[in-house]
Amino acid sequence: MSRRQLALVIDLNVCVGCHACVTSCKEWNTAGAAGPMADSNPYGADPSGTFFNRVQTFEVGQYPHTETVHFPKSCLHCEDPPCVPVCPTGASYKREEDGIVLVDYDRCIGCKYCAWACPYGAREFDEHDKVMKKCTLCVDRIYDIRMPEADRKPACVKACPTSARIFGDIHDPHSEASRAIRENGGYALMPEWGTQPANHYLPRRTTRIRIHDDELVRSDNPLRVEGHLPKPSADVATLDDASW
Amino acid sequence: MRPALSVVLLTTLIGAGQGLFLALFTVQSYALVGLLPPIAGAAFYLQGSVIALALLAGGLVASFFHLGRPERAWRSAMQWRTSWLSREVIVLPAFMAAVSLYAAAHGLGWTQAVVVLPPGLPIDASVLAGALGTALAFALFVCTGMIYACLRFLAEWHTPLTPLNYILLGGASGFTLAAGLAALSMPTLVGFLSGWAILITLLAAIGRIASLWRNARLTPRSTVQSALGVKHPAVVQRSQGFVGRSFNTREFFHGAPVRRLRLAKHTFLVLAFAVPVLLLAAGRNAASAALMLGAFVVQFGGLLIERWFFFAQARHPQNLYYQAVS
Repeated sequence: MSRRQLALVIDLNVCVGCHACVTSCKEWNTAGAAGPMADSNPYGADPSGTFFNRVQTFEVGQYPHTETVHFPKSCLHCEDPPCVPVCPTGASYKREEDGIVLVDYDRCIGCKYCAWACPYGAREFDEHDKVMKKCTLCVDRIYDIRMPEADRKPACVKACPTSARIFGDIHDPHSEASRAIRENGGYALMPEWGTQPANHYLPRRTTRIRIHDDELVRSDNPLRVEGHLPKPSADVATLDDASW
Repeated sequence: MRPALSVVLLTTLIGAGQGLFLALFTVQSYALVGLLPPIAGAAFYLQGSVIALALLAGGLVASFFHLGRPERAWRSAMQWRTSWLSREVIVLPAFMAAVSLYAAAHGLGWTQAVVVLPPGLPIDASVLAGALGTALAFALFVCTGMIYACLRFLAEWHTPLTPLNYILLGGASGFTLAAGLAALSMPTLVGFLSGWAILITLLAAIGRIASLWRNARLTPRSTVQSALGVKHPAVVQRSQGFVGRSFNTREFFHGAPVRRLRLAKHTFLVLAFAVPVLLLAAGRNAASAALMLGAFVVQFGGLLIERWFFFAQARHPQNLYYQAVS
């Protein structure tokens, strides 16, 4: 297990499905050191392209009791990544220092075996470069000391207008990411395969206010008509008449 | 999964090559210990091992078409400690080298006994190369099978039946081809080799039907609920995030209707097993090379369909994320 494990925590309760993370990811990474993520026929009838990040939409429940779940999906940087040991060349690897799973584009032979070995479909084969590509957690951004420190985050995290994406070290119990997982019921995708994804998702949460009837009526409401209470009769002793 | 023609050809061609080599060395071993009359001349072995080499080379060439960057293929021998694909990349050329040695030993007449085993068995270079080749042939079958069987979330492949069936299916086609070659040039071996071919084809049919039976009863472990982590029983996809195509929508879907899948299954059961057994039995009685070679052609065609079906039948859990375009 790597010492640090950088990861994204994605809050499904907050994601509005705007695709800003998708476009900013593509923009940053297509201009990055690893070269373009080329599209085929981008403005034509049958476009096709390589993306590191996709936002999908699911409908939960049955009408009229439905809920829309926008679901951003990128490489989960598994702690036990099944895509790494199957790679015949060693192009696919997991970094010891921060747990990021990367592909060395200069060593990849494009056999696509790693994509078969990923249950999440997180890897995409670039039909132009003929190598396998995947989310790098913006490794060329998060360590760039020429950038202001606030910008040293993955492009998708910077772009998210609702702060649905939290970036951090999930092996550090005090990081914002760890705290979000711990306190908001963060979970991993497809836990049945034991891949231990580093990226976590925060569930949709419904906040309900429980209001009791007596909370709707102020007992000390000054506007209440006092006459509703039975008046004590004049000849009955009151507390003020007590003579002890 | 989408069956790639290159991989279908690779696995069927090398399977037949391995099987043919195993058939040749089976004949030689039987003749060595006296269970078969001595084989006159080396032509049969030489012919057979050259054809086996051609099949293996054909498979190797086909495999290059699967790679995005074939010029870097040499790198794929690096990770043999963890990757079955890497192991296959090492074992396939090693096996081809052993078959070449075997062909050379027969072709160049290296028949001096290197060592004589106690009961008086002369072990010459061809026997040594043959024993090495046999070990490598089985190692190659295991590597090929394990490439698929080791992927735990592809439940249709994740079973010991996968490598077992690679051995049996490759063996069946190789022994059938050997029977055909014997019918052409070594009629005394036709009965022996066609007998083996029928037996292995029947065993392969049992193995393949067992895996079909198993796969028909699988329930996927991953569901759209576990894929999203949403526990509601009713979850449907409304958008996959793009209206175009992507690697994910191409590589993991065969795109064929269920009807064609069923047709493929029935076709390969007939062509790879039933018809070859009948042709082999008929060819054995009539001593007909045409029937024997016809059995191989039909069986190989059946195995191509079988391999297509093998890939198409595997359901990848990533498909849960690509159920609806928009």
